[in-house]
Formats: sequence, structure tokens, C-alpha cells
Amino acid sequence: MPLSYISRRLFHLLLILLGVSVLVFLMLRMIPGDPAQLLLGEYARPEELARLRTQLGLDRSYPIQYGIYLQSILRGDFGTSVRTGAPVVDEIGVRLLATIELSLAAMFIATLLGIVAGVISAVKQYSVFDYGSMFLALIGVSMPIFWLGLMLIYLLAVKFPILPMMGRISMGLEAPAVTGLVVVDTLIAGQLGACGDALRHLLLPACTLATIPMAIVARITRSSMLEVLNQDYVRTARAKGLGEAVVILRHALRNAFLPVVTVLGLNLGLLLGGAVLTETIFSWPGLGRYVVDSLMGRDYAAVQGCILIFAVLMALINLIVDLLYVLLDPRIRVHA
Amino acid sequence: MSAPVLEIKGLKTQFQTRQGLVKAVDGADLALGHRETLGVVGESGCGKSVTALSILRLLPQPAGRIAGGRIIFNDRDLVRVSRAEIRRIRGNEISMIFQEPMTSLNPVYTVGFQIQEVIRKHRQMNKGEARTEAARMLGLVGIPEPRARLNDYPHQMSGGMRQRVMIAMALSCHPQIMIADEPTTALDVTIQAQILDLIGRLKEEIGMSVFLITHDLGVVAEICRHVAVMYAGKVVESAEVRELFAHPAHPYTVGLFESLPKIGGRGGALRPIPGVVPGLFNLPPGCAFQERCFKAEPRCRQEPPLRAAGADHMVRCWLPGE
Ligand SMILES: Nc1ncnc2c1ncn2[C@@H]1O[C@H](COP(=O)(O)OP(=O)(O)O)[C@@H](O)[C@H]1O
Ligand SMILES: [Mg+2]
Repeated sequence: MPLSYISRRLFHLLLILLGVSVLVFLMLRMIPGDPAQLLLGEYARPEELARLRTQLGLDRSYPIQYGIYLQSILRGDFGTSVRTGAPVVDEIGVRLLATIELSLAAMFIATLLGIVAGVISAVKQYSVFDYGSMFLALIGVSMPIFWLGLMLIYLLAVKFPILPMMGRISMGLEAPAVTGLVVVDTLIAGQLGACGDALRHLLLPACTLATIPMAIVARITRSSMLEVLNQDYVRTARAKGLGEAVVILRHALRNAFLPVVTVLGLNLGLLLGGAVLTETIFSWPGLGRYVVDSLMGRDYAAVQGCILIFAVLMALINLIVDLLYVLLDPRIRVHA
Repeated sequence: MSAPVLEIKGLKTQFQTRQGLVKAVDGADLALGHRETLGVVGESGCGKSVTALSILRLLPQPAGRIAGGRIIFNDRDLVRVSRAEIRRIRGNEISMIFQEPMTSLNPVYTVGFQIQEVIRKHRQMNKGEARTEAARMLGLVGIPEPRARLNDYPHQMSGGMRQRVMIAMALSCHPQIMIADEPTTALDVTIQAQILDLIGRLKEEIGMSVFLITHDLGVVAEICRHVAVMYAGKVVESAEVRELFAHPAHPYTVGLFESLPKIGGRGGALRPIPGVVPGLFNLPPGCAFQERCFKAEPRCRQEPPLRAAGADHMVRCWLPGE
């Protein structure tokens, strides 16, 4: 993959982030009321307000205010949370890792099961498995996450208490944070029991968050595989005497991946939205829940920070999807 | 004909479709001689490709099915050998190239990988040896700088080059038979000639037999020893090329010749065969060609017999011999 392509994409990323920063900056100016008052909350002392006003340059023109704002976020200063008094950056950092752990687990479940189901459905088209899994997928895409999460909690944590219903790990089992991903940290600390406990905590929210993308992946994989299986090069692979598993996994699936990756990329917004809901239902201490709590508490500095981080995340994931696409399809490599 | 390496007897291949059962091949008989080239000709839709795919059991699944007949290869009936056995034969003892070089190679793997794959499947070679062999094969089919081309992806090559790659792949395990289904139809005229020359040359070099499907009688005249004419799923006439060109017996074959421009010949308007290949759902009883035949008679409504029309010359028609 040519470096120039990556650097061009990184430059685009930068432009997008600048745009988002402008929007976030304007957000606070659009809301009626004094931005300093909004940021510090209604119980702020007058001298604090005065200090923040000069700090934000509120008496100066918008461009200069924006410059000040940009400088501070580049320094990593996202302001202070009204609710906790802690720097927003620190609060976001911890929660971001919780969200990443949950999303990675969900993506893993969704892609693995979705692709397996899609491939089997395509290879055994019109079989009982095909009809069954596509029916489930249809239910899956139209499932309200909120309802699904509550049902799972009711069934597997309350009625038959097999799994924990909230949090990332049981009290007292926490391992020292190295990566911020609890499952990994407990492994690093060599505490297998704690790792198992963390995995059990992860299971319900990850399955909830995985449902919709899993259903999407299964459907796209199936239709994409059906198309690819009719291609001439699949016939060529068979004509070479290759076994059916090699034909399907190496020659067909590799090509069928491309639309799956695209559709996943297009549905990222859906995933992030799902993360917000899932974290709220399962009291998962991640960014999604944090942004909801911040909105409720009118914690504008925190909300601003979250929006910025979400934008960075979306842009980064989009970049990864595009690079993945280029890696998967040599025909794009030359044009890129 | 020398002792045949491949004999197709009464092959019936059918497709289950929404509109009903399609009898794409309906009792075809063919024989391919040792180290010979057999040309199979006929208008499109007459069952040539389906016959070829039946040999290696590559029919589209689950619609396609061999409903009857035998395909004898080295004392084995390919219709009945196990799946493992047919996989050992595919690409190894019998290989196949297709009409569409643009889509027959997998776009996400290098041509080198795709050639090595078949070599490593059937020949005991490690990666390095297979790579060297793949490069040698690319050189053999006339691709310049073969070592470097191994790393190319199919989209970086022209149609002609891709068909050469397909040929290299098909020949890399030194098969006894190569099936070529209209290998040049999709290519430019100049490239067509090059590819046909190449197939002819490699056939001698490797010592294999070629099952060549084409709708081009010119191609047949040039490189085939025997020729079989197919119509609506049946072989209606077969003979040595020279015999067939001198004494075409079946009205359909005659029609095929008259629809051809004559090289350096006495001008004259081309006479296309009237009508089209009938739909396979509603074939008339008896000879399938009767509705387009300028010599049709009432008895053509009964199944015509297979008769000798000369030395080693068979024709499925009521007419000759009277
Ligand atoms: N997958 C399929 N499903 C249904 N019918 C088919 C299929 N493939 C071929 N046929 C039918 O079989 C007949 C012979 O096709 P084919 O062998 O491809 O002709 P050609 O002589 O042009 O190669 C055609 O009438 C076609 O409609
Ligand atoms: Mg054909």
C-alpha cells in the first residue's frame, strides 16, 4: 500500500477533525446563555466565572475564541467536569477503554458468528439452516436493543442467575490497570479466575451490542457469498481439483468479504448508538453511558469532549475500514 | 481414430429449473483419440459447454445433474467415480480452460499463487519448487519475464495474457486431456490466432489430447483432426475434418458451412440457417432440427437413426444412404 495514500487519508482525517472542532465550538455558543456559566454550572462562584471568561476570551471575536479553544484541546485540556471537578480528559480516557473493550468483544462475536452463519446459509441455500438463520437475522436487525438487553438481564441474570447483570468485574477482583481492558489486565496479572469473571461480565452486554451487526453481517455474507459462488473463478478453483473447503473459504469467502467490510463501515454510527444504549442498560462504565449522564447533568465540557472523541473514533474506524478494503482487494491498490 | 482416451456414451445432462426440466445434453456420443484434437461445433445453446462441464462434473449445483450415460476415461466411468477421485483427476489428468479469461482467474490472488496452488495440489513439490515450476509454465505459454509476472494480479493483465495464464495453469500438471471451451471467443482476432497456435504447439510438446469447443469452423479446419457437430443436445454428425468438410451429410452441417464466408472463394451471399435453436422445453418429436431443415419430411417426426455416411463418418439423419 503506497505511503502517499495513507498520508493523504491522514490529512483528510485532520480536516474532518478540524470541522468537528468548529461544530463543537459553535455548539456552546449557540445554546442560549453565558458559555462560562454553562460550563461551570449554576452554582459556580462569580470569581470562577470571571476567570473562565477571560480564559475563553469571551469578550473577543469568535475566530480568536476558536483559536483559544483549539489550542487548549491540542494541549489535551478539555475542561473540567462540573459534576466531579476532575479534568474531562482523564474521565474520558478510562471510559473510552471500557467502551473499546465492549465494542471489540461485540465486533468479535458479530463478525465470527455472522460470517459463519452467512457462509453456511449460502452454501446450503434453501436448507433448514438457511431459512432458520435468515429468519433470526431478520428479527435481529429489527430488535430494539433496549428491549433485548432488558430481556437478557431478566432471563439470564434475574430469573436464572447465571451471569452478572452489571459492571465490568466483581468487587475485589480488579487487577492493576495496564491496558485499561479488564480482560487483558487480569490475564497480564495472571489472575485467571478474575479474567473469567470479567469475561462473564462482558458476555451479556457484548451479545446485546452484537445482535444487530451480527444480523447484518450474516445477511450480507450470505448474499455476497451466493453471488461469488456463481463466479467463473470459483468454477476454475473446482476445476483445479481443490477440495470444497478450500474453494469456499479461500476462493469464495475472501472475495465475499469486500461487501461485508463496506457495510460494516457504513453501519458504524449504528454501532456507536448501540453502545450508548447497551452501556446504559448494563451500567457499563463506558463513554456511551458517560455522555448520557453528562447530558442529563448539563456537564457541557464533558459533552463537548465526548463528541470530539466520538468523531475521532468514527474517523479512525473509517480509515481502518478503508485500509482494510485496500488490503483485501488488490484492484483498489493500484488506483489508491 | 487411435484408441480413444475419452469416450462419452449416451450422455444425458439435465437442469432442474423453475420452468421445468432442461435436457441440455440428450444422449451425446463423442470419442477423443489419444494425442488428437477433437473439435466440437454447433450454435450457442446446443449443449457444448454442458457436455464439457459434465466430463469433470463441474455442473452448476444443485440444478445440474448427469441423468444417464457413461464417460469412460482410462477404464474409469467419470460419471460414477467418487468425489475424491474426480478431484484427483481435475486439473491433474484432465484440465479445463474457459471462454471468459477476464473472469476465470481469482481477482484477489496473484497469478503465481493460483498456478502454484494446482501444482502443489497434485505434484509433490514444496513452495520454492512450485514457484520455479509456475514461472517455467508462464515462460512456456509465452509470457515474457515470467519470474516477475508471478507477482502480478489478474487485473494487471490483458485478456490474452490471462488466457495464457489459464493455459499455464491447466498444463502445469501435464494432463492427458485439456478441455478448452471456446478459449478464443472473447479475444481479439490476432490474439485468437496466437492462442490457438500455442494450444497446438503445447499439445505436441506435452503429448496430450485436446477437447476443443468452438463455434468457428475455421478454427476446426486449422487445428482439429476430428470434428463433432452438436445440435440441441445431440451429436448429429461426426467425422474426420477433411471428410466432413468435403462431404457434409447432415442438413444442419451443410447449413453451418453455407453460413460461413468462403476464404478466397466464389463470393456469393452468405446463407444463414433460418430460425433459431428451438427452446429445449418444447422440442418437436423426432429430429430437433426438422423445423429449420430445408429437406424435412414427415418421417423426421420419428427419431432419426445414427448411420454411417462414409469411412469413420456418422450422421444422425434419415436422409443419407438413399
Ligand atoms: N445453469 C443452467 N441452468 C439451466 N439451464 C442451463 C444451465 N446451463 C446451461 N443450460 C441450458 O443448457 C443448454 C446448453 O447450454 P450450453 O452447453 O452452455 O450451450 P453452448 O453450446 O453454447 O455451450 C442451453 O439451452 C441452456 O439454456
Ligand atoms: Mg458454451
